[in-house]
Formats: sequence, C-alpha cells, structure tokens
Amino acid sequence: MQTASETLLDVRDLSIEFLHRKGNLQAIHHLSLTMQPGEVLGMVGESGAGKSLTGAAISGLLQEPGRIKQGEIWFQGQRIDNLNDNARRQLRGKAISCIFQDPLTSLNPVLTIGQQLTETIRTHLPLTAAEASERAINLLTEVGMSSPAQRMHQYPHQLSGGMRQRVVIALALCVDPQLVIADEPTTALDVSVQAQVLRVLKRLCQQHGTAVMLITHDMGVVAEVCSRVAVLYAGRIVEMGPVAEVIRSPKHPYTRGLINSIPSMRERHAFLAQIDGTMPRLNTLPDGCAFHPRCPNVTEHCQRQQPDMQFKHLSQIACFNPYGETP
Amino acid sequence: MVFFVRKLLQACMLLAGVALLSFILFQYLGDPVASMLPESATEVERAALRTSLGLNDPVIVQFGHYITRLLHGNFGISYYNQVSVFQLIMERLPATLELVFVSVVLAMAIGFPLGVWSAISRNKLLKEGVQILSLIGVSLPWFLTGIILIIVFSIWLGWFPSSGRGETVKIGFWSTGLLTASGWHSIVLPALSLGLSMVTIIMRLIRTEMLEVMKSDYVKFARARGIENYRIWFRHALKNALLPVVTVIGLQIGGLIAFAIVIETVFQWPGMGLLLIQSINFVDVPVLSGYLLFTALIFIVINTLVDLLYYLIDPRMRAQ
Amino acid sequence: MINDNLPVRRRTRMAQQWRAFTDSDLLWLFWRSKSTVVAFTCCLVILLCSVTSHWIAPHNVFDTTTFDLMDSELPPSWMSGGDARFWLGTDVQGRDIFSLMLYGLNISLIIGGISVLLSVMLGVALGVLSGYFGGLVDTLIMRFADAMLSIPTIMFTLLVSGVARVVIPKELMGHFAPAILTGAIALTGWMQYARTVRGLTMLEKGREYVMASRISGATHLHIMLRHIVPNVLRPVLVMATLHLSVAILTEATLSFLGVGMPPDQPSLGTLINEGNQYLFSGQWWIVAFPAALLVILSLSFNMLGDWLLDALNPKLR
Repeated sequence: MQTASETLLDVRDLSIEFLHRKGNLQAIHHLSLTMQPGEVLGMVGESGAGKSLTGAAISGLLQEPGRIKQGEIWFQGQRIDNLNDNARRQLRGKAISCIFQDPLTSLNPVLTIGQQLTETIRTHLPLTAAEASERAINLLTEVGMSSPAQRMHQYPHQLSGGMRQRVVIALALCVDPQLVIADEPTTALDVSVQAQVLRVLKRLCQQHGTAVMLITHDMGVVAEVCSRVAVLYAGRIVEMGPVAEVIRSPKHPYTRGLINSIPSMRERHAFLAQIDGTMPRLNTLPDGCAFHPRCPNVTEHCQRQQPDMQFKHLSQIACFNPYGETP
Repeated sequence: MVFFVRKLLQACMLLAGVALLSFILFQYLGDPVASMLPESATEVERAALRTSLGLNDPVIVQFGHYITRLLHGNFGISYYNQVSVFQLIMERLPATLELVFVSVVLAMAIGFPLGVWSAISRNKLLKEGVQILSLIGVSLPWFLTGIILIIVFSIWLGWFPSSGRGETVKIGFWSTGLLTASGWHSIVLPALSLGLSMVTIIMRLIRTEMLEVMKSDYVKFARARGIENYRIWFRHALKNALLPVVTVIGLQIGGLIAFAIVIETVFQWPGMGLLLIQSINFVDVPVLSGYLLFTALIFIVINTLVDLLYYLIDPRMRAQ
Repeated sequence: MINDNLPVRRRTRMAQQWRAFTDSDLLWLFWRSKSTVVAFTCCLVILLCSVTSHWIAPHNVFDTTTFDLMDSELPPSWMSGGDARFWLGTDVQGRDIFSLMLYGLNISLIIGGISVLLSVMLGVALGVLSGYFGGLVDTLIMRFADAMLSIPTIMFTLLVSGVARVVIPKELMGHFAPAILTGAIALTGWMQYARTVRGLTMLEKGREYVMASRISGATHLHIMLRHIVPNVLRPVLVMATLHLSVAILTEATLSFLGVGMPPDQPSLGTLINEGNQYLFSGQWWIVAFPAALLVILSLSFNMLGDWLLDALNPKLR
C-alpha cells in the first residue's frame, strides 16, 4: 500500500561507467537523490555533467557500453535497477516516462499521430481501438491542440515545432505515469514556444499528480517550473535543495558561479561574469574535488579529498568551503 | 502533378536518344534492305524497298520513317530466323519477365528475413558467417552460381531440370510457365541463381538501414514508452527501412534483366537474353537494334514506376 | 642556392615517406588482420605466377603441334587414367589444363588491369574537370555519367561487342577481341571515379593554398595536376582494387557467354564455358580448376579492397 508521503524515487549511491578497451571511464560517481510524488526536480549542469545519463539509468534506457557499476534505484518502494528487460520495459511508459529534446526526430515520420498514441495506450492498457482513440483525443485536447480529432490523422511533419512537442508530452503522459523524465524538452524550440510548452507540462503534471525530473542547462527554466533543483558537476551532485534557496543563496562555488553568470536586467556590469576554465572530461578528472582547479574557495584539502554531501540549512552541499547564507 | 509531367518528359527524351542509337545501328551499320525483306525476296522487291526507304534522303527524314515504322510494330526481320523481330521479341519477353519476377520474389523472401535478423541478432558467430557469405557472394560470378546449382541440384540430386522452361500455357500473346507444374519445376533453379545475387544486396541494405533506424530518436522514444521490441522492429524500424530498400530493388531490376542474360545462357532458358547472345554470335543486326529499344523501354518504364512508388510510400514526399 | 639542394631534398623526402609508411597505422592494421594477410599473399602468388607463366607453364598451348587429340580429356594426374605430364588433366583438344589456366590468368589480369587503369584515367580526368570548372562542363559530364550508370555493365559490354562484330569482319575479330573487351569494360567503370573525384575536387578547389597558387599565376592545368590529383588518389586506389575484381569477373562473364576471348586465346571465362559443355559427361576438371582460380582471384582482390576501404577511412577510426 502506497501512502502519499512514500518516496517515489530513491537513487542510492549510483555509479555509472563506460566500458572501454583501454580501461573503464566512470561517468557518474556515487549519486544519491530522492523524489516525492508530484514534485518537480530540476537537474542542472553543463553538457557532459551526467544529467542525461542519470535519467537514462532511471528509465532503464542505459545501453552498452554504459552500465551501472554500483548503487541501487528504488521506485515506489521496489528496487528496479536489477529487473529483467521485460519487467523494465513494462515500467517504461506506464510508471516512468521520458521526453527528449528534439520533437521532430522523436516522432516516427511514417506513422500518424493517432497511430503512435493509440499504440502506446494499448501497449499498457487493455482498451479497444475505439477506446484508445477516444483517450488519445482527450489527451490532445488537454495539451492544448486545436482540432484534436483531425490531428490524429496527421503526420508529424505537418505540425509546427511547438505542436510536435505537445504531442510528445501527450505521448509521455498518455498512460498516467508517476514520473516523467524530461531531457532538455525546450532546448530545440523557439523562445516564445518554450514558455508555452513548459506551461503545458507543468499544468498537466499538476493535474495528474505526476512527478517531473527536468533535465536542463538553463537555470531560467528551473526557476520557472521546478520546486527543487540538483546541480551536477563532473558526474556528481554538488548542490541540491529547494529552488528558491539555491537560486537566492547558492552555497557551492560552482552554483554561485552559474547563478552569477546569468545576465541580470537589474544590475549593471561592465563584463559578464564567467567561471574560468572548463569542466574536465571523463578521463581527465583531477584528484580530490573535481571543481577545485576553477574554485575561488580552493584549499589544499580540496585537492586531495572528495567532499561528501552534507546538509546545510535546507540544501545538501558537497563542498569543504561553501558559502554561507547570502545577506 | 508537376512531378509526373517532369518524369514523363525525361522518359521520353531518353527513349528518343535510344531510338536514335538503334536507328544508326539498323540503318547504317546493318543492311536495312536485308533487315526488312526475307532472303527469298526478288530483286524487284528489293529495288522497290530501296526507293521507299529513301536511302538518299536526309538523315532526319530517314529517322522519321524509322520511327513511324517502329510505331507500327515493324522492327524489321531477323537475318537468322527470317521472322519479324517484333514477333521474336514478343515470344521471348514473357520468359525473361517471369524469370525476373520470380527471382525478385525469391530474393525478397530470403533477403528480408535474413537482413532483419542480422540487424537484430547479437550472435557474433552468425554475423561473421553472414559477412563471409556475402563476401563470397560478391566474388562469385553469376554464371558460376548457376553452374554450381546445376551440379548440386540437377546432376547430383536430380531434383530439378537443368534447362528449358517446361510446359507453357498461352494467354493471348503471353506464354506463361507459371500455370504448369513442370513450368514451376523448371523456373526454380534459374530464379534461384538470379535471385541469389540480389539476396546479398537486399540483406546488406536492410541490415544497414535497420541499424541506422534503430539508433534514431523515434525508436529511442518508442522504447521509452515501453513498446515491445518486436513491435519496434517490425512496425517502426522496418517500415522506415523499407523506403530506400524498395527504391534500390526497383533500380536493381534493370541489373537483373542484364544478369538474366547470363542465367538464360547457363540454363538455356528461352528468353530475351538468350536471343541477344544468339544475335551477337550471328551478327543479327535487326534483332540487336530491336533488343536495344525494347530493353531501354522496359528500363525507363521500371525507373518511372519506382519513382512513383517512392512518391506514394513516403508521406513526406507527398507534401512537396 | 635552392636548386643545388634539390636532389638531396628529394632523397631525404622519400626516406621520410618510407619511414612514415613503415611506422604508420596502416601496416600495423595490416598485420593484425590475418585474413587480409592471406588475401594479400594470394594476390602476390597469383601475380607472380602470372608474370612467370611463360617459364613455369609445362606446355605451350599455342603451338598446335604440341598437343595431340589422343591426349584429350585426360583426368588430373592423381586420378586413374591420368597422365603425369598433365598435372590437372587435359581438355577436349588435348591441351594441358594447368598451362591453359596460367595463360587464361594472364589474359584475365591484363584485360582487367588495363581496363581499370583506363577507367581510372578517364574517370579522374573527367572528375577533376567537372569539379574544377563547374557550370556547363560539370552538368554535361555528370549527366553523361548518370546516363551511363543507368545501363548495366553486362548489357553495355554485350552491345559494344555486338556492334564490334557488325563492323569488324569475322577473321579479324580474334586480333581485336582483347582491345574491344578492355575498352568496353573501361567505359563502364569510369563513372564511379568521376563522381568521387568531382566531389573531392570541389572541396580542394576552395582551399586557401589553391587560391594562393592562382594568385601567384599558376595555370589551371598546373593546379589540377600538382594539387588536386595527389589528394584524390587515396580513395581512387581503394575503388580501383575493388573494381579490379569486378572487371575480371565481367571479362570472364563475357568470355563465358562466347562474346569475349575466343577459344584459341582463352581467358578463364572461355575455359569455363568450354568445360561447361562437358559437365554432364563427367569431365569436371575442365570446369572446376579454372573456376576455382577465378574465384580465388576475385575473392583475394575483394578482401584486399574491403580491408583498404576500412583502413583508409578516417571516419571509421
């Protein structure tokens, strides 16, 4: 029996590595996070930080040469990372669903919208073709598509980018999953359309009580939609906490650098603040804390040891020298 | 609409070019008088023909006459057989077309499953085996395949005949071997030899296309929605992979008609190919030029049909 | 002065290139792939046999006085009824199969090799012209290539053969057959080179060093020969190796059909054709040995070409 406060998703000490002839490369290091039903968690970081990989591992889409080295993934009180392929597949779409970045390539060009929707619905639910069709039309209405009955017979190339992404959202939510992993859902869209799509996503998830793991590199999107945020750097979470707190008063030097580098309308600066250096590649990680070469707060301790996650106020930080509360 | 018209125009231009070539062959390299009258014709008849052919007229006029004659079905008379070339070709055409048709069907029946399976399967040994087989397939000349099949199935096992068409049934002008048991019996080995050359191509193509498609985003999304593997392979992947395969098969049919020439020789199959070889050996010019025209026509028709088919299958093309 | 140093520079440059080659990945990849080493060895052995065929062939199959109908249709020497003089048996005219094979190999290699060479020259020339000048020249050449590509090789070569027989009297056919075959096969193969070279030319043409050359007054011809052609040779080499196998098979097919090399100057294809007629009466050796040689030849070049394709393709690495 599942109570409302039971943790939806529990990732414990997850490590992911890539098998390579010359030695395995570790991409995710000891990552732990939890999600409650209905909450929207943002996963922020630069390209290559490991956000998409984490999402892939949770949904079971992680493929060779990547594999889970250690750790456990628990969903609704059951362990899912060690299930067989078929059991994992049944979870996908029904319990855990995904949305990807490019709506054009996410949809099969030779099948109609209706075909793709009804197929997904009937894979997981024992409905007749007519019932599935009706459910599909309702979904299209929910995501805000005009004349949904007609759209059912259209092909993806006949729709605009924003409409396609709405279809993708409909497809992801059509069987009422408890968790949606959205991997950069608005990056490929025009700015004006981004806002619309985000709104649709947020509204639907609130209505259905679906939790969302929103993977993005855009702090602005996080600020608008998420309730909690996790900041990733070089395969680890460096800061995780409520959005308001992390944005208003970032404690990890990396997070602070990220927030500061967002141009602000209010303040006038001569130069755009940036963090010196770049994120290290998988095979060139420095000893100790991965961020220390670029960190303004670096000490000798940082160069030798990895910081663990510690609680500070409402957030968790992985740093030996975090900032305090911003006045 | 514009699409159709453009394709039609291109086809007509090509046909005109080929007609010109075959005209040159017929009129200037061969003896047009001997090409149009039987040997038994009298001198008077020959003289009359010479005047009517207008061999001193400008080239354009002669060409015009030639085209008119063609349109009336007069392709001349074969030197060797002394019958109308048109009739000769029409007699042989069904044999070749049936052979090609059955080969394509066989090739698809063998190649499709093998191709899909080699894209899906993870069995390394089998994959290597398949690669080796396709390498050998490319290195074996077509006639050798036919000979080997004859040795194994005709001489050693005695299951199939090694030559001839078996009994045929005539429907109008078309004599078909597909309605008789002995007809089918005879077509198996030649069709297999011909088809095997295509099997490798189809297999490789389907495998490549499917592997390409399996890496695509929409397949990833379909898996993310929990759709079963077999549905992904056959509904999503294969359908997309089919598009280029259909085109290639269509274009290969032209090549098949060419290979059929060799197969017909090996199996003594009475088709157009055998006719061509005989006409080359006996320097039978009217047959040569008639063959040229007919084959070009078949090619052009097939290519245009393939273009149309592609247009119909791919919804994206229809939008343009 | 600069000119004095030229010979020295050339020598050291060649030495450098040799060292670069022996150190290169190419050689290492080569030794790693056992099947390719086997294929390459086969090719070498075959080429060696072909070159020395004049000396190693036990019999001269052209001298009609050396063979005797009494010796005809003898099986290979290790079977009963075989004769130690004829290692692989004899054909219906009493000619030694082994010697025939060596001669046929020669013919196949020469015709195949020369036709590929001609194809390459024609294709590279047209491709460079097409890519370099663009415009009308490009359109014409490419349209022509497209038209030629839509005609299957066999059909084209057969028709060329047919027309040749119309024009050339029968007695002289024997003399002209090799040339006609070579020319016909060459004409069907140039298109692939032209297309590839055209693309590469267009790429190179836009590079800065070409523009610099133009500015310093180099002629078009100089640029094409000095800068562009060397850069397109690599993919052309790969294509040529695979094409060689195709050319050899095409010639074999034509000869098998009876419109290639005549029986008194047989290529491997002609031999197979001859043997095919005696298949049912049990003299399998007349077909089997030439056929086996043909397959080995074609397979070896194919494998070599396939390997080169993978090895020289930067994308796959």
